[in-house]
Amino acid sequence: MNILVCVKQVADMEAKFKVAPDEKWFLEDDIAFKMNEYDEYAVEEAVKFRESMPDSNLIVLSIGAERVKEAIKKALAMGCDSGVHIKHDKEYMLDSYSKAYAIYEYAKDKNFDIIFTGMQSQDRGSAQVGIILAELLGIPSVSTIVSFKYESGEVEVKRELEGGKKGVVKLKTPALFTCQLGLNTPRYPTLPNIMKAKKKSIEEIEFSYSGNLAETDKIYFPEKKGGAMIIEGDPKELAQKVVAFLKDNGLA
Amino acid sequence: MKTLLVAEYRENKLLESIYECYGFTKQFASDIVVFGVGISSDLPQFDRNVKFYFADSSKYGEYNPDFHKSLLIKVIEKEKPEIVIFSHSSFGWDLAPRISALLKAPMLTEVVEYKDGTFVMPLCNNKLRRVAKTSGSQIVITLQGGAGQSEKGSVTPELVDIDADVVSKYNFVGYEEAEKKDVDLTKANIIVSAGRGVGKKENISIVESLANALGGELGSSRPVVDAGWVSHSRQVGTTGQTVSPKLYVACGISGAIQHLAGMKKSEKVIAINTDKDAPIGEVADLLVVADLNQFIPVLIENLKK
Repeated sequence: MNILVCVKQVADMEAKFKVAPDEKWFLEDDIAFKMNEYDEYAVEEAVKFRESMPDSNLIVLSIGAERVKEAIKKALAMGCDSGVHIKHDKEYMLDSYSKAYAIYEYAKDKNFDIIFTGMQSQDRGSAQVGIILAELLGIPSVSTIVSFKYESGEVEVKRELEGGKKGVVKLKTPALFTCQLGLNTPRYPTLPNIMKAKKKSIEEIEFSYSGNLAETDKIYFPEKKGGAMIIEGDPKELAQKVVAFLKDNGLA
Repeated sequence: MKTLLVAEYRENKLLESIYECYGFTKQFASDIVVFGVGISSDLPQFDRNVKFYFADSSKYGEYNPDFHKSLLIKVIEKEKPEIVIFSHSSFGWDLAPRISALLKAPMLTEVVEYKDGTFVMPLCNNKLRRVAKTSGSQIVITLQGGAGQSEKGSVTPELVDIDADVVSKYNFVGYEEAEKKDVDLTKANIIVSAGRGVGKKENISIVESLANALGGELGSSRPVVDAGWVSHSRQVGTTGQTVSPKLYVACGISGAIQHLAGMKKSEKVIAINTDKDAPIGEVADLLVVADLNQFIPVLIENLKK
């Protein structure tokens, strides 16, 4: 089996963001980057599947600046066989269609049987790249999966719907799946596997597609609507204020 | 500006999200048409006569990407709308990118607001906002729940039957119901929810003890459910329950857009968070800057007085 998993490296969402002077992105100086959380589930599912299919090859792909190699290396340490880095210094200026197209250009003649991606990224949350990639490749795709089973060319997945309901879908490979949180339990790379991963190859490709359909005009902090009264200080005083708030509103 | 709204049906029932899409769209569009695959005994009603391109679910079944895509593209080719709007649901976020790819039209995901002539999207877990310039004559949008005022009328739309002759690569087997609920949060007057900020499973009991002290139910955000600390029936948000209690206490919940969508209709909201800039502050009435594990026991003590 030929398997591909696509990952994105994103900022730690707990970071203190500062908008860059050009207002197109945030300043990256003091920001820690890590693998997009949804993609960790995609990598885990891809690795689990690869382990169940001995004669397989599992490639991890990422688009972005030099730093995204760290995310690729993590996926290699989790069990991917080799990496592909599509290089672009300002990945944040690319839209979903451009990124999907760049992956399509790479993947179109590789005959991948199964492609996994995260359901969305934690930064932009567009939930588009995987599905657009599948459409460009002309293969079916199922989004937001929380269960994946493969048996001789047929896949049965469960999609997460609203209110805890799931939709069960069967389809034949080749196919693409976007992974939801909770699909599995992503493994932590062990030290021996981190060492082993250092010997795995990462192919570099220059990003060449230009054809953004949507381009960030500006980013900004939302106006504080002045809703919340913010209180800080001694826990006892805070507790008294909360109790007073509850009493004022007939809640205690 | 002509806008096409995509109605969602599930198990032969029209979902109310269409009225929110309609209310939102009226801010900028004069010409509105609707598409849906459903049942003719449950049609949306608006405040004026609207053309509804309709396919019968007895023929096309529940959501199927191939059928829905082919039918919708036919309508788009005929009506040539400038904007196509979906609700940001498991249906919308699955179908919309397929349409974007086929039309090669830009897609804006999870739009939260229409402001100064542009569509505003969340960025970085709702901490920032983003607006984009789009090229071409058409755009595809998914709309976050709560972005529009729900608007319902009493005029039944004019039906235009459509069909498509396609073979699907998808075999929809059926639905699997949610686990049996041990609690119905939608009926709770007071909900005290635990988020990632609780840190570890053992600390859930601290949040639970506050719920008990207030006579409310324990709720949670998604990461806590995924970690297996709390059952799914207690999850509040897009993929969990949508609640509107008299009091909602968010403990260690930063305020991801998916969580806010499930609780922002609460009457009063108290947030307990170590980060005073957490986006939960946007919907809270009171934001207590404190470590919940230290603060909650003190609060409970004061409640008993």
